Amino acid sequence: MAVITVDHVRKSFSSLEVLKDISFALETGEVLSIIGPSGSGKSTLLRCITNLEQVDSGTISIGGDTLVHTDDQGITQYADKHTVARIRLRVGLVFQNFNLFPHFSVMRNITEAQMHVLKTPKDEAQDIASDLLRKMGLPEKADAYPFQLSGGQQQRVSIARALALKPQVLCFDEPTSALDPELTGEILAVIKKLATEHMTMMVVTHEMAFARDISNRVIFMDDGLIVEEGTPEAVFSNTKNERTKRFLSRF
Amino acid sequence: MGKLLMLMLEGTFTSLRIFFLTLLFSLPLGLVVAKGRMSRHRIISSLVNGYIMIMRGTPLILQLIFVYFAPYYIFGSSTDRFTAVIIAYAINYAAYFAEIYRGGIQSIPQGQLEAASVLGFTKVHTFTHVIMPQVVKRIMPAMGNEVITLVKDTALAQTIGVAELFRVAQNAAAREFSTMPIFIAGIFYFVMNAIVSKSFDLIERKLDYYR
Repeated sequence: MAVITVDHVRKSFSSLEVLKDISFALETGEVLSIIGPSGSGKSTLLRCITNLEQVDSGTISIGGDTLVHTDDQGITQYADKHTVARIRLRVGLVFQNFNLFPHFSVMRNITEAQMHVLKTPKDEAQDIASDLLRKMGLPEKADAYPFQLSGGQQQRVSIARALALKPQVLCFDEPTSALDPELTGEILAVIKKLATEHMTMMVVTHEMAFARDISNRVIFMDDGLIVEEGTPEAVFSNTKNERTKRFLSRF
Repeated sequence: MGKLLMLMLEGTFTSLRIFFLTLLFSLPLGLVVAKGRMSRHRIISSLVNGYIMIMRGTPLILQLIFVYFAPYYIFGSSTDRFTAVIIAYAINYAAYFAEIYRGGIQSIPQGQLEAASVLGFTKVHTFTHVIMPQVVKRIMPAMGNEVITLVKDTALAQTIGVAELFRVAQNAAAREFSTMPIFIAGIFYFVMNAIVSKSFDLIERKLDYYR
């Protein structure tokens, strides 16, 4: 069953067309990697799905509800505020540069949305946060502040923060790009672990070996278009596409 | 000498009332002004910008005189002197505070707003729990400057005849043919500002638990 469907999505920033007719579906339990050169529209696509950017036209459905829809007359309309608010919680997003709240402790970073948005009682929210921190290998960091953590630890906290809302899909926007190579491994290990637990994930990444290793499916994007889509073997080992070959030859 | 000190303490009390009442009104008003300045509506933001230009571009002493005398010429009646001082100071300082707030708000990385948005925070919650606490920390040094200036600016209230500390000192100096009262007033201002500085140090240290 598709948890996210994206249909004929277009998006421009003034005169620059960043997404040119993007369509794909994300199945429940699937790990989908999106690769491609910088400026190919990968991040913008994630930002449209998480509603940080609005599309110009096209349809996006998440968990069976329509976030935005373009009808036969070509009129594009977003769902009402309440529906959007409900839908957006189904998709978690982990940012390239973490974006933890620096003035909150690690614990509060993870409990704030649970308490404010889901109205979870404090002790329950803290139990959930403690469990997640243990899972992320950071049980002793609950009272630390983000600046006291390494980049890799901060990123793991931000993954916990996203998971605390129990999203149906977790999106990663180049989760290791701000980390030095030694710290990259710990994030990849966490994502891999989530994959074995059948967490549905969409990962925009420049880590080709990783994409190949964890994904069920890979999308290669270039210049606002999906150039190729298939299993990791098909894309990484047996591609017939010249553009894909050229891109992958650099790794 | 004892009588002089009593008079000067009374004057100090008036200065302190001006100080605290100005802060009470200008601190929140500044936030409203900052919001207006950052408004996406061109008309609102340019009107507010005009207001800030006037407040920062003309002397406070002139604004004080204007606030006190303009109602008399327009309506034929005037507010009492002390009220005029508070109004003039509050709208003047709100303009300065607004620009400090704006600088602070705009210095918060966009990613903080995006994280709050993805987590489903409401706009109000994002502003009160994510943005403002970080803004407060960032603007403390600039606010300290401004608040210290306010302590000294209270001396301008004498222009429209409010008997604050400096006016009292000047009167005493004239009466006794001595500059001593003026020097004593100087010490009073210095002590008040030492307290202000220390308070800001304390707040900054309290907010030092994160970076």
